[in-house]
Amino acid sequence: MTTQTVLAAAGSVPGGEAVTFWVLAPLALIGAIGMVAARNAVHSALMLVMTMLCLGVFYVIQAGPFIGVVQIIVYTGAIMMLFLFVLMLVGRGASDSVIETLRGQRVAALVLGVGFAGLVGTGMYRALADSTAAGLTAANAEGNVQGIARLLFTKYVLAFELTSALLITAAVGAMVLAHLERRREDRMDQAATMKARFRPGNYPGPKPGPGVFATSSSVATPARLPDGRLAEQSTPEILPVRELTAEDTTLKGTEK
Amino acid sequence: MTFLAQEPTLADFGQDPWWLVLIKIVFAFAFGLLATLLGVWFERRVVGRMAVRPGPNQLGPFGLLQTLADGMKMAFKEDILPRSADKVVYFFAPVISVVCAVTALSVMPFGPMVSIFGHKTPLQVTDVSVAVLLVLACSSMAVYGVVLAGWASGSTYPLLGGLRSAAQLISYEVALGLSIVAVFMLSGTMSTSGIVAAQGERPQLEFFGFDLAAPGWYAILLFPSFVIFFIAIVGETNRAPFDLPEAESELVAGFMTEYSSLKFALIMLSEYVAMVTMSAFTVTLFLGGWRAPWPISVWDGANSGWWPMLWFFGKVLLLVFVFVWLRGTLPRLRYDQFMRLGWKVLLPLNLVWILVLAAWLKTQGWERADRLMLYGVIAGVVLLVTLIWPSRQSAPKPTLAEEVNNRPPGSFPLPPLDLQVPPSPRTQRMVAEREPANLADTDSREV
Repeated sequence: MTTQTVLAAAGSVPGGEAVTFWVLAPLALIGAIGMVAARNAVHSALMLVMTMLCLGVFYVIQAGPFIGVVQIIVYTGAIMMLFLFVLMLVGRGASDSVIETLRGQRVAALVLGVGFAGLVGTGMYRALADSTAAGLTAANAEGNVQGIARLLFTKYVLAFELTSALLITAAVGAMVLAHLERRREDRMDQAATMKARFRPGNYPGPKPGPGVFATSSSVATPARLPDGRLAEQSTPEILPVRELTAEDTTLKGTEK
Repeated sequence: MTFLAQEPTLADFGQDPWWLVLIKIVFAFAFGLLATLLGVWFERRVVGRMAVRPGPNQLGPFGLLQTLADGMKMAFKEDILPRSADKVVYFFAPVISVVCAVTALSVMPFGPMVSIFGHKTPLQVTDVSVAVLLVLACSSMAVYGVVLAGWASGSTYPLLGGLRSAAQLISYEVALGLSIVAVFMLSGTMSTSGIVAAQGERPQLEFFGFDLAAPGWYAILLFPSFVIFFIAIVGETNRAPFDLPEAESELVAGFMTEYSSLKFALIMLSEYVAMVTMSAFTVTLFLGGWRAPWPISVWDGANSGWWPMLWFFGKVLLLVFVFVWLRGTLPRLRYDQFMRLGWKVLLPLNLVWILVLAAWLKTQGWERADRLMLYGVIAGVVLLVTLIWPSRQSAPKPTLAEEVNNRPPGSFPLPPLDLQVPPSPRTQRMVAEREPANLADTDSREV
C-alpha cells in the first residue's frame, strides 16, 4: 500500500494531489468544451482524448492506478484510435458547416447545458460535501489490482462474463454483417487460374474485337471470321447479334 | 527500514530526495538519447557488415560521430510546412511520439538497490503496482504520434501510412498484451521490479514424478509467450520486416514523408528510443532483467551493486542486435499477410498457451493421480475430437488424361499427351566437340 492510499483513506487531500487536480481539471474541461466546439471532426476527437487522459490521471491519483491505466489503454489507446481511423477515412477536408439549421438551437443548447451542469454540480456538492471517503483502505488492502480481480472473478463473475459475451456477440455480428464470404476452396491461385484458362472448352486467347465496319461503328456489330461466319464472341453477351439488313445499309437521303 | 535484500520492493520507491529523482530522470532521458545516437550508428554498421560493406567509418573512431553529424545537419535543414497541413497537429505529432517513447523508460529497472551519495535507492526512476500496464499505455499512446503525423501532413502517402499504422499497432497490441498475461500469471505482480525479482527464484516443478529446479527466466519458462511477445514488439515499433507504415517502396516514407528538419529528427529519435525501450521491456519481462546470465551468475557478487546495470545493458544491446539482424535479413511482409499473422496465428496461439498454462498452474497442488487423470481425460477428448472431426475431402480430381478425353469438340488444339521430344543430334555433337575447361588455371587468375 502506498502513502497515497493511506492519505486518501484518511480523507485529507495531499498537496501533490491538489496541484495535479487543479492543473488537469481545467485541461479536462477545455477538452470537453473543445470537443463540442471544434469544427473539424479530428480536432474534436483529439480534444476528447485529452479529457480522457486527464480522467485517467484522476483515477490514478485517487488510489485507483489499475482503472486509470486501463482507461488510458482501452479508451484513448484503442477506442478513440478506432474513431480516428474512421474519421481519417472520411477525409480531412470534411468540416461541419457553420450554418444553423434550427434557429437559436446553439444558444438554447448552451443555456440548457450550463443549467444542467450547474444543477448536477450543486446537487452533488451539497450531498457529498460533508461526507468522508470510507472503505478505500479495505478495498486496497491486498493491492489495487488484486482487489479488483477478486471482485471481478468472485462476486461479479456472472455480470462480467455476460458483458463479455454480449460484446463478443456484437463483434461477431458486426463481422458477419460486414464480411464477404470467400471460401478457401473458391480462391484461385495463379496455377489454378492458368489451368482454368486452358481447360477444355475455354478459348484461351483474347476475344476478337467487334466488327467495326465503315457502315457501322456499333459494338453490337459482330466481326466476321475468314470463312464469312459471324464471330459470336466479338459482341458483348447482353447485346443481340444482328446482321445489318439492306434497309439499314441503304442511304437515308439525309446527305446533300 | 533494512536493506538486507538487494531486491527493491514497491515500498522502496518514492523515498528519494528530489535531487536523486532528478538525477535518475536525467539519466533515463540521456540513456534514451545516447541509445539513439549509438543505435543508429550500430544499426548502420551491422547492416553494412551483413551487406559486406563497411558502413559509416569516416567521422570519429569507427564512424561513431556519424549520427551526431547527421543530427546536426538535420537541425540546420529547412523546416517545411506543407500548405495543406494541419499546423497544430502537424507540430504535436512527433512530440507525442517522443514523449511516449521516453516515458516508458521511467519504469524500467536498470539495476538493484545501490548507494548513491549515501542514499540507498533502486536503480529505477520509479515503479508502480501497474508499471507494465503503464508501458502498454505509452505504446498505445505512441500510435497517436504516427497516425496524427500521417493525417496532419495533408497528402496521400502519409495518410495511407497513418491508416496502416493505426490498424497494425492496434492489432499487435492485442498479441502483445496477451503474451504478458502469462508473465503476470507466474510472477503474480504487474510491477517491473517485482517481475525481475520473481525471475530470481528457481521454481520447483514436478514434471511427471521428477522434481526439477526450473530456470527462473521467463524466456525459458514461457517460451511461446516470449516468441509471440518479441514478434509483437517488432510490429509495435514499426521495425522491419513489419515496417509497413513507412514502406519506402510503396509509400515513399509513409507517415513521415512530409516531415523535415528537427521534426523528422524527433520522429527518428522516437523510433530508436521505442526500439531500445521495448528491448529493455523484453529484458525485464523475459530475460531476467538486470540479473547476471548463467556463467557470470556463479560469482556471488554478480547481482549486487552497480554490476547488474552492465548485464542489463548487455542484454538490451543483444536484443537491439536482433532487431537489426531481422532488418538485415527478412523482406517486408505484405499487408494482408502481416494482419493474418497477427490475428489468425499469434492471437489463437497465445490464447491456447494461456489456457494450457492456467491448467498447469491450477493442477500443481493436486494429488498426482488426480492430475494425471485430468491430463489423460483432456488428451482423450482432444484425440477423439480430431478423430471424428469431419474431414473436408472434395471429390477426386479427374486426371489429365480424363480431362483431355472429355474435351468438347472444337476446343483449343493440344499436342498429344505421350509426345516425346527426341534428343537433338546437334547437342551430342556439340558436347563432344567442346573444349574442356582449364580448371587448374582458375585459382591463379584474378576474379
